[in-house]
Amino acid sequence: MSTPVVTAENLTRHYDVKGGFFSKGGTVRAVSETSFTLEPGKTLAVVGESGCGKSTLARLITMIEEPTSGTFSIGGKPVTPETWADHRTDVQIVFQDPYGSLNPRQRIGSILEEPLKINRPDLSAADREAKAREMLKLVGLRPEHFDRYPHMFSGGQRQRIAVARALMLEPKVLVLDEPVSALDLSIQSQILNLLVDLQDRLGLAYLFISHDLSVVKHMADDIIVMYLGRPVEIGPKAEIFAHPKHPYTKALLSATPMADPKAKKTRIKLEGELPSPLNVPAGCAFAPRCWKVKDKCRAERPALDAARHRAACFYPEG
Amino acid sequence: MPLLDIRNLSVDFATASGQFRAVDGVDVSVDTGEILAIVGESGSGKSVSMLAMMGLLPWTATVTADVMSFNGQDLRGLSPRQRRDIVGKDMAMIFQEPMSSLNPCFTAGFQIKEALRLHLGLDKKERHDRAVELFEMVGIPAPEDRLKAFPHQLSGGMNQRVMIAMAIACNPKLLIADEPTTALDVTIQAQILDLLTGLQKDTGMALILITHDMGVVAETAERVQVQYAGQKVEEQPVADLFETPHHPYTAALLAALPERATSRHLPTIPGVVPGQFDRPKGCLFSPRCKYADDRCREQPPAPAGTELGVARCHYPLSAKAEAEA
Repeated sequence: MSTPVVTAENLTRHYDVKGGFFSKGGTVRAVSETSFTLEPGKTLAVVGESGCGKSTLARLITMIEEPTSGTFSIGGKPVTPETWADHRTDVQIVFQDPYGSLNPRQRIGSILEEPLKINRPDLSAADREAKAREMLKLVGLRPEHFDRYPHMFSGGQRQRIAVARALMLEPKVLVLDEPVSALDLSIQSQILNLLVDLQDRLGLAYLFISHDLSVVKHMADDIIVMYLGRPVEIGPKAEIFAHPKHPYTKALLSATPMADPKAKKTRIKLEGELPSPLNVPAGCAFAPRCWKVKDKCRAERPALDAARHRAACFYPEG
Repeated sequence: MPLLDIRNLSVDFATASGQFRAVDGVDVSVDTGEILAIVGESGSGKSVSMLAMMGLLPWTATVTADVMSFNGQDLRGLSPRQRRDIVGKDMAMIFQEPMSSLNPCFTAGFQIKEALRLHLGLDKKERHDRAVELFEMVGIPAPEDRLKAFPHQLSGGMNQRVMIAMAIACNPKLLIADEPTTALDVTIQAQILDLLTGLQKDTGMALILITHDMGVVAETAERVQVQYAGQKVEEQPVADLFETPHHPYTAALLAALPERATSRHLPTIPGVVPGQFDRPKGCLFSPRCKYADDRCREQPPAPAGTELGVARCHYPLSAKAEAEA
């Protein structure tokens, strides 16, 4: 096992919501007590439904937001808001929507050079341009694209530009927040291949956030399944897909449509919907929708067990 | 005679930069009690062809078709009033974004009762009872309370159920679901798909499912038609399509699914869907097709026979050729 590049311990982010004229204030528990390690050259996937805290986790790791409690370290050095500036170049992010994340008034060249301008002020203009052109080639775009504007590109090409921009500062960790969900199927595979190639070549660690389990199955080494701000299952990809321990993981896997009309369908139908993170149930958060819920689940919150493939459930599957 | 029969449907949009053909010679036919899926990437004209059929396109669109009949009635040249009698009653549509398709100013109950009043002419009591019954059918808990709720007070899944309840309010003969689950989470998606197929079985209506998700197609549809850049490129029963695709585009699309991957690298389709200005002369897929030759680039192919899935290709793939390759 190589030394992890990111180690997170009990990361928590709560938002205080002010009461309005009609409503009481409260605390949104977006992410609670999430711990994981991320190794170089590996992909850790975070899966879960909307509102489960996937994107908040990404914002914590990219230092866009400060954790309410808990710590994380990058390359063995603890990260606090005072040292954010030193660590920012190590972690870069690619957003979901390639149409919204590029400045329409900037040429591709200046989009790629901007991170260098800010973070490597001693670099000469010629060096910056050389680096940007090199990166353009690396992500599979042509040299003549350097002077074009974002609107001249298709969704897939824009996502390549976004990846190139994230790589300009040679980060160790790339946070990918739903990088392919805005793309068409035939374009999706091009971007996934690009990400695989870049990881092999540069030894990047990916924090891969997605709700699409078939993409996660293809990309991930390890998986965190989140439900209502808490990890409910963590483990190697193969084990989670073959033997899900937590009932929620099992339901999620069975609900994902398989592109095989002959496959046997034993779909677990979950009743109801995700509770509001303003009002998290006292016991296990999944208890109101779980089919094997017992009194203990409603009263007490199960912790993650200690094995390599961990699940937070009193009555795990299998 | 099928319930819905459309032949050679074309839709042109007048844009600032000239005519743009969004739908190009598409045939659609669907029978009572059947589930047809229309699959394609964005820009393949799958939604536009259905909107054209329902007369919901803006004035910039020119719709032409050789045949466009629904339930024995010719849809071409209907007056707006005649069309309104059919749309919402005998054919209904569910849209992709439940949050933005409902009117935020009115309660869910008002919006569903409006359809009942206009199309069925029920009195107030009957409307209310029917609305409660419909909400129960689509699995909305506490229907009496939910009738009084505004769309913003309901979740995405609940709003989609309201949309479905509105669509089936007048027992339509044809229900068109345009990406009904794309905006929803997987566990909610499973609930909605089960609901739609269950309703389809119970009421015997025809269902057209527009989607880009191959998984959804495989699990729900009976017959699939694949569209590419405004053309129908292939049509087959669902099991055959996934087993032996005949058009190279369908084959490439299926191969690009991450769950069919055999190595770290996925097979890709190079290039992008042609737009308004780079429409190829011959086969529309030829710039991206690995089998394309000069004939493909020069002549647009005609659809093949039904045994080859009416594939719009000069060299349709067959099971035998696949085995040799």
